[in-house]
Amino acid sequence: MIEAIATRYVGQPLRRREDFKFVTGKGRYTDDIKAAGMLHMAVLRSPHAHANIRQIDLTAAKAARGVRLVLSGADLAGKIGSIVPNWIIPGTQVPDRPVVAIHRVRFVGECVALVIAETQAMAHDAIGLIDVDYETLPSVIDEEAAIRDGAPQLHDNVPNNITTVYKIGGGDYGKAAREADQIITLRVANNRLIPTCMETRSILAEPDVDGTLTLYLQSQVPHMHRRWIADTVGISEHRLRIVAPDIGGGFGAKMHLYPEELLCPYLARILGAPVKWWESRSESHQSTNHGRAHTETLEIAFRNDGKILGLKVETLGNVGAFLSNMASGGPTVNTINFGTGAYKIEHYQARSRVVVTNTVPVDAYRGYGRPEGAYIAERAIDAVARHLNIDQVAVRQRNFIQRADFPYKPYNGPAVMYDSGNYEGCLAKAMEAFNYEARSSERDQLRTKGRYRGIGVAAYTHMCGMAPSRRLALLGFNRGGWESARVSVDSGGRVTIFSGSMSQGHGHVTALAQIAADVLQIPIEDIDVVQGDTRQVQAGHGTFNSRSMAVGGSGVHVSSSRVVAKAKKIAASMLEVDEADVSYLAGQFSIPGTDIAPLTFGTVARMAYVGHKLPDGMEPGLDETVFYDPKGMGAPSGIHMAYVDVDPETGIVEILDYVAVDDAGTIINPLLAAGQIHGGVVQGIAQALYEEVSYDPDTGQLMTGSLLDYAVPRAEHVPSIRSLFQETPSPTNPIGVKGIGESGSIAAPPCMVHAVLDALSPFGIKHLDMPMTPPRVWSAIRNARAGAGQ
Amino acid sequence: MSELRDIEEKQYAVTIDVNGARRTASVEARKLLVHLLRDDLGLTGTHVGCDTSQCGACTVDIDGQAVKSCTVLAVMADGSSITTIEGLAPGGSALHPVQAAFHEHHALQCGFCTPGMIMAVRQLLKQNKNPTESEIRHQLAGNICRCTGYTNIVRAVQSLASEAHRHD
Repeated sequence: MIEAIATRYVGQPLRRREDFKFVTGKGRYTDDIKAAGMLHMAVLRSPHAHANIRQIDLTAAKAARGVRLVLSGADLAGKIGSIVPNWIIPGTQVPDRPVVAIHRVRFVGECVALVIAETQAMAHDAIGLIDVDYETLPSVIDEEAAIRDGAPQLHDNVPNNITTVYKIGGGDYGKAAREADQIITLRVANNRLIPTCMETRSILAEPDVDGTLTLYLQSQVPHMHRRWIADTVGISEHRLRIVAPDIGGGFGAKMHLYPEELLCPYLARILGAPVKWWESRSESHQSTNHGRAHTETLEIAFRNDGKILGLKVETLGNVGAFLSNMASGGPTVNTINFGTGAYKIEHYQARSRVVVTNTVPVDAYRGYGRPEGAYIAERAIDAVARHLNIDQVAVRQRNFIQRADFPYKPYNGPAVMYDSGNYEGCLAKAMEAFNYEARSSERDQLRTKGRYRGIGVAAYTHMCGMAPSRRLALLGFNRGGWESARVSVDSGGRVTIFSGSMSQGHGHVTALAQIAADVLQIPIEDIDVVQGDTRQVQAGHGTFNSRSMAVGGSGVHVSSSRVVAKAKKIAASMLEVDEADVSYLAGQFSIPGTDIAPLTFGTVARMAYVGHKLPDGMEPGLDETVFYDPKGMGAPSGIHMAYVDVDPETGIVEILDYVAVDDAGTIINPLLAAGQIHGGVVQGIAQALYEEVSYDPDTGQLMTGSLLDYAVPRAEHVPSIRSLFQETPSPTNPIGVKGIGESGSIAAPPCMVHAVLDALSPFGIKHLDMPMTPPRVWSAIRNARAGAGQ
Repeated sequence: MSELRDIEEKQYAVTIDVNGARRTASVEARKLLVHLLRDDLGLTGTHVGCDTSQCGACTVDIDGQAVKSCTVLAVMADGSSITTIEGLAPGGSALHPVQAAFHEHHALQCGFCTPGMIMAVRQLLKQNKNPTESEIRHQLAGNICRCTGYTNIVRAVQSLASEAHRHD
């Protein structure tokens, strides 16, 4: 007997059901899994940014203790396919990327050879015995340098190191420029970042005697990984089982196809033994994809009242040495399509060029392109405000897309549609929570006393859950945009959801169950969620692009609704009444206005499987699967505000307060949603203040090669984030949700830059590049003071 | 070379008390305590998140002190008494207050840093029963979390701090 529920789950701050295993140390991450007779792989990586491989001597490594196999790239040629992107913007030149380098290396960290040994230590010992004779070549690490005449060329089929040229826009920028009172130009850099999941990548490939192969893999996209690996290694997809156990963070970095993900299954098969690989943190810095790495040049045409008439953008996206999965799409579609941000800029002209360099490949990292796009719009509007000395709130209000404008097609272009929003509402809520007026006065007063406080404001919007599938075809994807959800009811009325989404810490086991519990009207305790096993979950795309609630959650909603619809028919048959007379409420099928005893959900579920009293023609069972392909995309939006204090003597930026007001449509679980904002904002603050991948421009050596040199923030470097929500439901899906995961990292970088620039405005400083480290801030102040003194 | 090989191959017996049970293992001199715990003793709740002792995911309690177990060779731990995350609520018993506070305040997402973070918080509260926010943030500087932005971790610790105060 299942008890009726009285509450609605969606909207409640339910504590996470998955926490217990994690707080007790019972989480099961890939490296925690061992297989009998397991061998270990270690990879020799290129120490050079660009070099020809003259010769590789594997003799000593092969003779080392515990070593089973040593292979170079030449040994693997023709045995595993090349790594191919899964999103290729039309017109892109795709350079060939062998799994292990053959003849030539193109970045520090590229795979050169591998060892399989009995223990991890033995494998690493043997790696040290491989002797490679390199002929170093000139290298280039910077995207602007890479397209200059005479720059070192990386690939024969990529002239001038440009793989892709992409243009988007609408209106007539030339006309806007003629009509504008003023035009300013601005060059902004989006610093290269390392995603830094706390769990580095690891893989365990376990072959079975029947020819199937199980691959334990930290995958955000288990079913996509299955297809990519099957296609590349030559295993048929149905015999490859991907198991994604608990994942220690993804942030985009675990949705690509990496060499090790092909090597482990290939080697496990030829050796007939399980093969494990684990990436050390320092190795991760040169073998797991980086993020961002753009340079943008903006030309902003505006009126003296602050209204922006036109915007022209030139983007250079550095994608490293090869095109990773989505690399041709990130700096193009994902960035410049969104360059007008939350504003009505009718004349827009943008071009993006995708550039290869001798660096670690760059691909998705939390927001992928949307942070870069929002940075374009936000830095542009801030520049106008600063130039005209208009309040940063007022200038935004003057340019906002208005509530009545939705659905809104920015610059009347072909590719972007914002479904809904209420920016003024978010702004009002943010100003109140932040105490904008009082803070502004306080800042002004302190300025007279030689204290440099600043207020930063940023607005953003973007699109989540790219869909429908036919739209992805137009953009050059070789995948769809749907998500799969199976709601399987057992014969006692308990439910298992099999979802193609894949949590990496998001809390899907709680959130998806909340959605289902409301539709099924049963206690959440009766609902389990299964993800991350391609032998259990029917199909899927996975978790990225803030899509899991909008697409995966909507799928759960639809399949749960189908379960209820079928159960209602069965109940009607059992009660021998017309289906239209059956009411379903709180887990009970009843006939209102009669004294017929209601049936519980569990009783009806039992009948579904017993099959004795089903309506004519109905199949037994209570088990519904959908492949939910959304009709459109939701556009989250929001306003973030930061309050900072800059010490002019040290250049240190202290964050005194940070308020985020985000509109992600319907909020399934405010506790989890706020957690997403907290984490995203801190990653954005990290980009703005601390983190930057540094390469030696002459040698191409990675200078930020470990967590000693790469400044991931600690608790003491960031404030407590205040997260508030406004809920403008999306009309594009049945539950009204948009997306939440990427919003923080989109809004925070410009918000922080604007706060620091506001603090430094007495010095006349109008632009700073990220990260705004103490030396950079201090130098800017010093230069400004020197300039003023001249 | 042969001397090095001898050192690599020689095994040393290590006996430690872990979560109240006496455990013995035979290890190479170069093996770190964290690998002894994870690979030889099966205590995989202690994690490895870096290779430069920055992240704190491997923090355990050694003789009453929170220590990053990647900074200790297994042979150095011989004779010591160690508590890992698995020892805080053994055998399905009630959660330790720090564990419960992390759950209540949503102070974890992916859970990878969580065991080390909980061990560090346990130490923090042992030393300072009512820390301020800035003291909490400063004292957790040895543990990196990439998911939560630390906001809810700080809240969880604060909830325990005030509680500890009430009970004083």
